[in-house]
Amino acid sequence: MKTPKELRYAKTDEWIKVEGDEGTIGISDYAQDQLSDVVYVELMVEEDDEVSIGDILATVESVKAAADVNFPVSGTIIAINEDLADAPEVLNSDPYEAGWMVKIKLDDPSELDDLMDADGYEAYNQERE
Amino acid sequence: MFTPHTPQEIEEMVKVIGVDSIEDLFLKVPKEFRFPRLDLPEAMTEMEIASELKEISSANASTDDFISFLGAGAYHHYIPAAVDMILRRGEFYTAYTPYQPEISQGTLQAIFEFQSLMTELTGMDVSNASHYDGATAAAEAANLAYHFFRGKRRKILVSRAVNPQYRETIRTYMQGLGDVDVLGDEVGDESLSNDEYLLNMVDNDTALVMVQYPDFFGRIYDYTKLIDLAHAQGVLVAIVFNPTALGLIKPPGDFDADIAVGDGQPLGIPLSYGGPYLGIFTIKEKFVRKLAGRLVGETVDIDGQRAYVLTLTAREQHIRREKSTSNICTNQGLMALAATIYLSVLGKNGFKQVSNLCFQKAHYAAEQISALEGYELAFPDQPFFHEFVIKTPRPVNELNLHLQDHWILGGYDLSQDYPELENHMLIAVTEMISKEEIDEFVSVLSEVNHD
Amino acid sequence: MTEPTIYELSQTGRKGFQFPEVDVPASPLPEDFVRTDIHLPELSELDTIRHFTNLSKLNYSIDGGFYPLGSCTMKYNPKINEEIARLPGFANTHPLQPMETIQGNLYVMYQLQQWLQEISGFYRVCLTPAAGAQGELVGAMIIKKYHMVNKHDKRVKILIPDSAHGTNPATSSMSGFEVKSLPSDERGNVDLALLRAECDETLAGLMLTNPNTLGLFDENVVEVIQMVHQAGGLVYGDGANLNALLGILKPGDVGFDIMHFNLHKTFSTPHGGGGPGSGPVGVSEELAEFLPGPFVTIAEEGDDDNPPFYGFYWPEQSIGRMKAFYGHFGVLVRAFTYIAMHGPEGMRDIAEKAVLNANYLMKHIKEDYILPYDRTCMHEFVVEGIPPDAPDVHALDISKRLMDYGFHPPTNYFPLIVHEALMIEPTETESKQTLDAFVKAMKAIAKEAREQPELLHNAPHTTPVRRCDEVKAARDLVLCCWIPED
Repeated sequence: MKTPKELRYAKTDEWIKVEGDEGTIGISDYAQDQLSDVVYVELMVEEDDEVSIGDILATVESVKAAADVNFPVSGTIIAINEDLADAPEVLNSDPYEAGWMVKIKLDDPSELDDLMDADGYEAYNQERE
Repeated sequence: MFTPHTPQEIEEMVKVIGVDSIEDLFLKVPKEFRFPRLDLPEAMTEMEIASELKEISSANASTDDFISFLGAGAYHHYIPAAVDMILRRGEFYTAYTPYQPEISQGTLQAIFEFQSLMTELTGMDVSNASHYDGATAAAEAANLAYHFFRGKRRKILVSRAVNPQYRETIRTYMQGLGDVDVLGDEVGDESLSNDEYLLNMVDNDTALVMVQYPDFFGRIYDYTKLIDLAHAQGVLVAIVFNPTALGLIKPPGDFDADIAVGDGQPLGIPLSYGGPYLGIFTIKEKFVRKLAGRLVGETVDIDGQRAYVLTLTAREQHIRREKSTSNICTNQGLMALAATIYLSVLGKNGFKQVSNLCFQKAHYAAEQISALEGYELAFPDQPFFHEFVIKTPRPVNELNLHLQDHWILGGYDLSQDYPELENHMLIAVTEMISKEEIDEFVSVLSEVNHD
Repeated sequence: MTEPTIYELSQTGRKGFQFPEVDVPASPLPEDFVRTDIHLPELSELDTIRHFTNLSKLNYSIDGGFYPLGSCTMKYNPKINEEIARLPGFANTHPLQPMETIQGNLYVMYQLQQWLQEISGFYRVCLTPAAGAQGELVGAMIIKKYHMVNKHDKRVKILIPDSAHGTNPATSSMSGFEVKSLPSDERGNVDLALLRAECDETLAGLMLTNPNTLGLFDENVVEVIQMVHQAGGLVYGDGANLNALLGILKPGDVGFDIMHFNLHKTFSTPHGGGGPGSGPVGVSEELAEFLPGPFVTIAEEGDDDNPPFYGFYWPEQSIGRMKAFYGHFGVLVRAFTYIAMHGPEGMRDIAEKAVLNANYLMKHIKEDYILPYDRTCMHEFVVEGIPPDAPDVHALDISKRLMDYGFHPPTNYFPLIVHEALMIEPTETESKQTLDAFVKAMKAIAKEAREQPELLHNAPHTTPVRRCDEVKAARDLVLCCWIPED
């Protein structure tokens, strides 16, 4: 299970890559493994939308499950990954790079403190098994 | 009774389990409530119950003995012998829901064919595997529209010319969503026409406009303008249709409807005092991920052979649980199969024939009745398919009592649902009624007026 | 082994069924609306009969074999039911016929209402809901309305055990409730301590299946219901498992306020490959005014010479209409016939034999599969589908391999609280021979799991099609036949 060191992770399995006051968000390798083959992704936000922590970012459907992806931080949407609609399987094959979901301008960087670092997330995953 | 156990077998089984008697298996049931006496009639054998129910059922008036002009949401059509022959096969009717595709290809392929036939019939892109009936399909259309806008639009506009029972059902279903308003069908509009007044009510808080085609009074309208204007405001449009009509008139897809729903009872399903019937639910492709109900898709198996499976099941209740948008579980499997066989037996040619027969006979009847003194067409300027409304000289229930003496079941008394339509009868004519029978109907109606 | 679709069999110009000629003077067609063409298949009647006959041969069915599907009650569907439903006096009656012309139908419905009331111990039963899920929706809506009418604005929470069927939370949320999942204790009962913690002024109700989906009778059911009542909530019973209670316990007696019944499970009406079902709802006296209508009542009492005259009734505070007309009459007639043929002793016999069969199977099967809750079960039980010494084999593989042995698999992966669950419900109409054959197959598969797991991973081998690519079906959506352009 891959857990890139530079990212931060939410208990609900979203990751965020922070560069300055901007973040990129997606779902973790653990999450895509739990879901198994993703067949459909619906992003629930558009560019310029303002969102709060916990709002729904997307619905992800696989053959055996459907799950909501939630915002781990608050902010304003800068960009969304339009390719996911046609190639949802990229969430399985490349969850941390090509599988990015949205780019967001952070409202409140202190919210990042409530997220786990890579080691913390790995430990959390061990607990759950 | 149907339990096979011999006393010997019971003894052996009880021993294996390790108890003294079957009663011992129920010790967890609180003693004071255990083994209650059931006040039911003593068991009857097959012969006895068959005899009793034969007697009870023959006391009813059925379309076997009476000429029926009743429509209003359920229609008397001919069901080819081939349909019931296939439906009686235990492989179809005693099969379970096809969750194990490897041993359910019969059911799955039949539903796939049903879906295909429904999209052809309606001119829409996708059909699901069916809903309970037309009324619940209409309610699910409202549900879909509501969830499409994620609850941001809270008005559902429904024409008063949509089947009254369907409108009641929609209201019941919309209760649970909070502050959704179902509007548009208040008493008031004299001519009961669909377009203008509904259009005036459309705004950007409207999720859906729903109209019926032919409408509850049998009238056919062109909804192109209504739909264009609704779409311009981002509003979805649902059309409630009659399937037999679609053998003759343009389908809802031609009007660019977003959703087309109806009841498939006319397609090879007996009247059966109101159920079970068949809810048809078809949509434009863009709504497919919001579609409630079962859906069969084509795929391949590991040998590369074509196979059919239930698909997009993640939308359904058993996976999404509290996040699903609908709790629907069953489809009307056997009824969908009946419709599939019916349309296959009739084929293109047969279906066009039955549609034409209904149209022609209804128009003949309308012409003959409206020529009688005291009777007139309520909506003479609107084209109709196989149902029309006659303004009668006497209350409809009085006329119907008289007609019954002549072994005729008269049309529907509209004043029950539309208080301003006293003395208005909704008459349906299908291929089941001969010219002689229509003439007889006309003759009795004429006779009544002269009493 | 593929059967072509009706469109693939179609031949342009082929005519099948013929109707009589038009016997009235012609009327002009409405030009603006005439349909230009309709792509329906063109087949001979033989083509159609052969096609559907061949399709039927690809199906497994109760008439063909054993279906140990937990929670579905796949019992024998008596053939007499089919004859009765087709009697012209029932099948050929229009729902809007005047009351005096269909008293026979109303009599059947009235009796069925009475009988279900008697069997379940509820004050009133309504026959209109089209299926179990719709019956559940009625239950949730009645709870909602009850609280609304009594001005209990804070009561928004519905408790649902974690073993519950997915329709339970879906229905609750569709009705505007907040759903809270309630874990079970180690014996499979509702956890009393956790329940007590939730019994506050926000509690609207509890949805309880008893026996639950583990097949276990809740050892504290009376206390559970009392606790919820004391806290001001209502208790809804999911009647899917009623087969274990016929003549054994009346749910109304132990305090359930509402329950739906599945006529297509407990009362032998056929599953039809996915419907039609029927989900009547029973309620306590306090809730009777909220039932959906219409239901059958005696409009005029009878006397020695005349039977009663039946009519319809809509309760004053009804939640509203759930569908058109009166329910699935064709299904109701079958259930009526079934109950009439069983009588009071027959009802109890059903439950006793169902529970006998389940416990017998359980005793044998637990020798090779892990039984997480090892106590007397009711009409069904759950095992783990991973044989203890074959960790690489899953419930799915066991299920698929069972098909090669000629059996329909049990319910898979449900309830969610058992790992790799296999839920097994034999029903009362299966003989000891069938059960023994099933045990033999399960034992053989457990052995194969240890020694030849690839046989299971690639199963089934002998069915009309083999394992299907469900991912492809969901990604490359093909939902209609390919229809050739003209």
